[in-house]
Amino acid sequence: MDSPDTDWAGVRLHVVTGKGGTGKTTVAAALALALASGGRKVLLVEVEGRQGIAQIFDLPPLPYEERKIAVAPSGGDVFALSIDPEAAMLEYMEMFYGMRSAGRALTKMGIVDFATTVAPGFRDVLVTGKTTEAVRRRGRNGRRIYDAVVLDAPPTGRIARFLNVTQEVAGLAKVGPIKNHSELVNNVVKSPETAVHFVTLLEEMPVQETLDGIAELRAAGLPAGGIFVNMVRESLLPQAALDTAVKGRFDAGELVLGLKAAGVADGAEATAMAEALAEEVVEHAHRTELEKAERASLAEAGLKSYELPLLADGVDLAGLYELAESMRTQGAA
Amino acid sequence: MKKPATLDIDAILDDQGTRIIVCCGAGGVGKTTTAAALGLRAAERGRCVVVLTVDPARRLAQSMGLTELDNTPRLVSSPEGGGQLFAMMLDMKRTFDEIIEAHADPERARQILSNPFYQSLSSSFSGTQEYMAMEKLGQLRRSDEWDLIIVDTPPSRNALDFLDAPERLGRFLDGRFIRLLTAPAKAGGRSAFRLLNAGFGLMAGAMTKLLGAQVIKDLQTFVSALDAVFGGFRQRAEMTYQLLQAPGTAFLVVAAPERDAMREASYFVERLAEERMPLAGLVVNRVHVSPAPALSAARSAAAAEDLESRGEHELTAAVLRLHAGRMQLTARESREQEHFASAHPTVPVVQVRAMSEDVHDLTGLRQIGDLLATA
Repeated sequence: MDSPDTDWAGVRLHVVTGKGGTGKTTVAAALALALASGGRKVLLVEVEGRQGIAQIFDLPPLPYEERKIAVAPSGGDVFALSIDPEAAMLEYMEMFYGMRSAGRALTKMGIVDFATTVAPGFRDVLVTGKTTEAVRRRGRNGRRIYDAVVLDAPPTGRIARFLNVTQEVAGLAKVGPIKNHSELVNNVVKSPETAVHFVTLLEEMPVQETLDGIAELRAAGLPAGGIFVNMVRESLLPQAALDTAVKGRFDAGELVLGLKAAGVADGAEATAMAEALAEEVVEHAHRTELEKAERASLAEAGLKSYELPLLADGVDLAGLYELAESMRTQGAA
Repeated sequence: MKKPATLDIDAILDDQGTRIIVCCGAGGVGKTTTAAALGLRAAERGRCVVVLTVDPARRLAQSMGLTELDNTPRLVSSPEGGGQLFAMMLDMKRTFDEIIEAHADPERARQILSNPFYQSLSSSFSGTQEYMAMEKLGQLRRSDEWDLIIVDTPPSRNALDFLDAPERLGRFLDGRFIRLLTAPAKAGGRSAFRLLNAGFGLMAGAMTKLLGAQVIKDLQTFVSALDAVFGGFRQRAEMTYQLLQAPGTAFLVVAAPERDAMREASYFVERLAEERMPLAGLVVNRVHVSPAPALSAARSAAAAEDLESRGEHELTAAVLRLHAGRMQLTARESREQEHFASAHPTVPVVQVRAMSEDVHDLTGLRQIGDLLATA
C-alpha cells in the first residue's frame, strides 16, 4: 500500500539517526506511528540494546521477537523488535546452516561473544542483516509483510560506517558467507527503497554533526533522506519585538502597564517583574536569532526538512501521537 | 524533600591527591565541555592538567585555541600561578599502533600492523576506543608529567562500555577460543583443528562456515602475533581497572535535566557503586532558570488568557505566554532532578545553567568553570 502523497513514497526502510540527546528514538517511534496510520503495518527496530522503544511506549523490555506495540491513528499497526546481535547470530546460523546446537556450543566457548563484539563489522552486518530481511520479507500472497521498517540507528557519528557494511567487512571477508550476506544488505541499503533521516536540534553542535553526517553519507553513496528538526519552540513574540530585544534593551514600560491591567502585580512589584520578564525576552530573542542561523545552515544540505514541536510535558504516548500527526501534516509520512 | 548536598568542584580540583577525573554520562549532555572547563579551571588554580578527550566537536577544540587535536598533549594555556593546561584527542589506531611498536620487534610489528584483522580491530571495533582510552589514561598517569588528568568517556552504545570493554577484550584475547586458534603457532604450524578432538572439530567447522577460511587464517596470524606482544591483555585491563578504583580518582557523572539523561545518570551511579568506583557527584548541565521565578506558570498563563480575551496588551500577553512556557520547563527539569535525588540522596549535585550560546573560546570555558564552582 503505497502512499504517493508523501515525500517518501516508495521508501520502505527509514533509517533514523541523530546526535545523542536530540530525541532520535522518539522521532523514530513517532515516524513509525505516522507511517502506519491509515491501516498500514510498520516495524520499528532498535539495535543498541538500550530498550528505548519499551521506555517510550511504557512497556516491559522487548524480547528478540517482533510484537505489536501500538495502534496507529485511523488504524494500522506498529510492531517492534529489539535486535540482540547474539540472538541474531544464532538465528542466522540456524537459518543458513541449520546449526542450532553448534550455535549454542559456540556461545559457551565465547565465540559468539567474540563474533558479535570483537569481529569488526560483524555485529553491524548481523543487525542490518536482520533489519533488511524484515524489509524484504514477503507473505504467502507475495506481498511484503511490512509496508515500512523504521530503524532507530546508531548516532550520527557512526551511521555511515554502520550502514556501509560491505566496506566494513571487505578487509576481512573477501569471499564467503559474510561477504554474501553483506552484499544482500548492501542491495537494500543503497537502493531507493532506503532513506536515512537525521534528527537534530536548532543548536550548533547537533547541526554541525548533522551536516558532517550528511556529507559522510553522500561520500559513501548512501541515500540521505530528510532532516527532522526536533523540539522546536513556537515563537510567540512578534518579530518587531524580537528585533528590538536582540539589539539591546527591550522596553519594560509596556509590560508594566500590561501586568497591572492583568492584575498580576502592582506598583514597584510590577516594575521589578516587568524588568525580569524583559530579561527573559532578551534571552529568548538571542536564542531565536541563533536558531535562525542554524536553520539557514541546515538548508544548505538541500534536504527536505520537518519541524517537530517541543512537547511541554516531555515525551509520553500522547506526545508521540502529536509528533506523528505533525509529521503527517508536513508530508513526512 | 531534603535538598542534595552541593558538589564542591573546587575542593576536588584543589586537592593535590586528585590525580584523575573521569567525566561520564549519556551522549549529548556536554561531557566534553565539562571536562575542558574543569581542566581550564584547575590549571588556573595552579595545577598542571591534561584533558584527554575522545571525540570533541571541532568547535570545542577551537575554543581551546587548537585547530586540531591529536594524539599528543598540546599546550592550551599557561595561566599565571604556575598551572598549565594541555589537551589531546585520542587517536585509537595510533595508540594501538604505538603499543605494538613499543612491544614487538620490527618484523613482528610489521606483520601485525599489516594484518587486515588488526587494521579493522584497531580502527573500527567499538570496544577498541574504550580500551585505548583507558590504555592512554594509564600511559599518561604512569608518565607522571601531569598532576591531574581529566578524561571524558567515549559515547558508548551502553553506559559503561569504557569499564566493560577492556575486560571483555581481555577476556576474549586470553580466552579458550584464542588458545584454540593460537595452537598452530605453538604446535609448529600444524592446523589447530586437526589436533583437537571431535567436539572442537565441529566447532572449527562451524567457525569456518560462518566466517570463511581466510578470516580464520588472518585471525590466527593476528592473535598469535599479538599474543606474543601483549602477554596478558587481561592483566592490563585489570591494572587500568585498579587505577580507576584508586583513591586519587574522582568520577563525575554528567547529565542534562531530561528524563533519558537523568535515567542514564542513575544507572551510572549504580554501576559505579557496584564496581566500587569513587563517585564524586553529579553535574547537571543546561538547567533552565527564569529571572522571574515568583510568577508561576499557571498564573502567568491565566493572566495571558485574561488579556487576550479582553483584546488588550497583546505584547504583554505574549510575554506572559513565553514566561509560562519557561516556568513549565523549569518545573519539569526540577521534577527530573528530584527523581534522581530521591533515588540517590547521598550523591552531591551541582547545576550549570543553560547558556544561550555554545562555548567558543577560553572565556566561555572559564564561564562554565565559574558556574560549576559557584552554583
